[in-house]
Amino acid sequence: MTLTLAALGPALPELLLAISAILLLLFGAFVGPRSTDTVNGLALAALFAALVLVILGPAQASLFNGAFQVDAYSRFLKVLALIGAGGALAMSVDWLKIEKQARFEYAILVLLSTLGMMMLISAGDLIALYIGLELMSLALYVIAANNRDSVRSTEAGLKYFVLGALSSGMFLYGASLIYGFTGSINFAQIAEVAREPSLGLIFGIVFTFAGLCFKVSAVPFHMWTPDVYEGAPTPVTTFFAAAPKIAAMAVFVRFALEALPHVAHQWQQIVVFVSIASMALGSFAAIGQRNLKRLMAYSSIGHMGFALVGLAAGTEQGVRGVLIYLTVYMAMTLGTFACILSMRRKDGMVENYDELAGLARTSPVKAFFLAALMFSLAGIPPLAGFLAKYYVFLAAIEAGMYTLAVIGVLTSVVGAFYYLRIVKVMYFDEPAPAFEPMPSELRAVLAVAGLFTLLFFVYPGPILSAAGAAARALF
Amino acid sequence: MSLAALFFYLFAGVAVASAFMVIASRNPVHSVLFLILTFVNASGLFILIGAEYLAMLLVVVYVGAVAVLFLFVVMMLDVDFVELRQGFLQYLPVGGLVGFIFLAELVLVVGSWSFGQGVTGAVVAPAPGVSNAVQIGRVLYTDYVYFFQAAGLVLLVAMIGAIVLTLRHKENVKRQSIPVQNARTKAMAIDVVKVPSGKGL
Repeated sequence: MTLTLAALGPALPELLLAISAILLLLFGAFVGPRSTDTVNGLALAALFAALVLVILGPAQASLFNGAFQVDAYSRFLKVLALIGAGGALAMSVDWLKIEKQARFEYAILVLLSTLGMMMLISAGDLIALYIGLELMSLALYVIAANNRDSVRSTEAGLKYFVLGALSSGMFLYGASLIYGFTGSINFAQIAEVAREPSLGLIFGIVFTFAGLCFKVSAVPFHMWTPDVYEGAPTPVTTFFAAAPKIAAMAVFVRFALEALPHVAHQWQQIVVFVSIASMALGSFAAIGQRNLKRLMAYSSIGHMGFALVGLAAGTEQGVRGVLIYLTVYMAMTLGTFACILSMRRKDGMVENYDELAGLARTSPVKAFFLAALMFSLAGIPPLAGFLAKYYVFLAAIEAGMYTLAVIGVLTSVVGAFYYLRIVKVMYFDEPAPAFEPMPSELRAVLAVAGLFTLLFFVYPGPILSAAGAAARALF
Repeated sequence: MSLAALFFYLFAGVAVASAFMVIASRNPVHSVLFLILTFVNASGLFILIGAEYLAMLLVVVYVGAVAVLFLFVVMMLDVDFVELRQGFLQYLPVGGLVGFIFLAELVLVVGSWSFGQGVTGAVVAPAPGVSNAVQIGRVLYTDYVYFFQAAGLVLLVAMIGAIVLTLRHKENVKRQSIPVQNARTKAMAIDVVKVPSGKGL
């Protein structure tokens, strides 16, 4: 079998990202530090071009003996991951320059990490999954330690690296067990063989799921999240929260439903436990946090728990719920981090939520949007966050998982406490000194994210139908 | 017992024993040397199952490059390993428990070992007269080209990462510039000074 260049068409967005990363690396290496602005701009352009190519690309294709799958599911999630990565990169450029951490490799590592995410979303077998996971994570470890003169940032990078390597090891062990007991690495072929659960297969599932749970930072594999989110430079945290979570969740769902549909009752127990534990920890542990980045870390653990409710249902409705949840989660995360990135006073950045005191009087528009995002994160109707939770819980109830849905609703009530406290601090406390004016790109992201969460319920049709079509591709 | 089985037990026994010594020996240099012994024995096991290319690769890459690099790092860095082991007893109960669970799982998995339906069919005997290297080469750049290229990108990220995290452009460092050195002329290098007689410079 010879591979022609034309046959690579479905992988065009990935090829574009890989080639542009390599060319930009050469450009940056030859021109030196003053190339940073150009490289940032071109990297954003490459992400945008990849987004266009993903949208225009073929709806259904399978490359490299099924290792690379293109379908409605992969297209939906690639669009999300690219928007998340592009938004995070656009927001980071100015911040890094002001903090004197700008270097041209940052944008290139973001590009390569995004490429890893896209390979992960399209992965059709275990090797492609593992390589995508490593490509994505390795670049993330490096940018977590981007501020290498800060002990906290270095610690974040090292901690993430060591724990990430451990989770990769667990995933590989599980993958080798699955290969050993089914004789295949291809998801579709594994599904054909794995009709009856055997002990070895179950161990393989447990270990691969442990590795994947680490990447989506679900309890009990969440320990790294608060420290890494707090230690890494804020734009890097934005990127961590927005894009890799989506890719990891995407491959989690695809692996569970494409490779292991006949042994669903085996992994459903794991997912139900992980989901309940994540929702509970995300709600309770965030109450004591003052640092907004740490708070968002716990919040993201909780949100991944809510998204996993949809996977636990294991139905088409459930997958649609996961996809809607991820869309809304990404918008809310980008918007909230746009606010955190703009918390700058004359003497530097602040990160505690009580610094937001009286924001409603010093900058009312920003306070309004941030309040909307907080209400949405808490899941208060009719905002986007409520609808996202509604669809995953609906899927759980239709699948007969009443306990899971009830626990989910209860934890989201607990979680509402710390989101609403931020609103209270902004609207009812004595004003703290005003922040420096917000840069235009942060304004743009905040406005888009805020309007999306506010107005999602007015016209949710396009996203609901796209998510529905994407979910159908897996069944 | 056939000769092959004898060698299998020899290699396997030494590999397990030296792997244990890697974590048990007090001197880190000894640890690395035991690690090398483990690799050599593992490559012996590869030769026994007829994978001579992998065996050579293991020796060349792991013993020749990685382990020697390790040895350099261990010798260059002043790591106090006695201090690192201080918490050993404190963590022993938890670590022992985790290790025991792992062991129990391994026993369960190995005890229930049965190949899936596809496995025995998928295992292809090496074609006679074709060496391992040729066989790997035939699939590496055709069936597995995607993984090959993607693994290359992973290595590229590792390289960028190492440079980003460690390279510092220091001021006040004199750097060698070969073009400048080559372009030197007599006028640039020699300064002819007329020294008046009877006086120093």
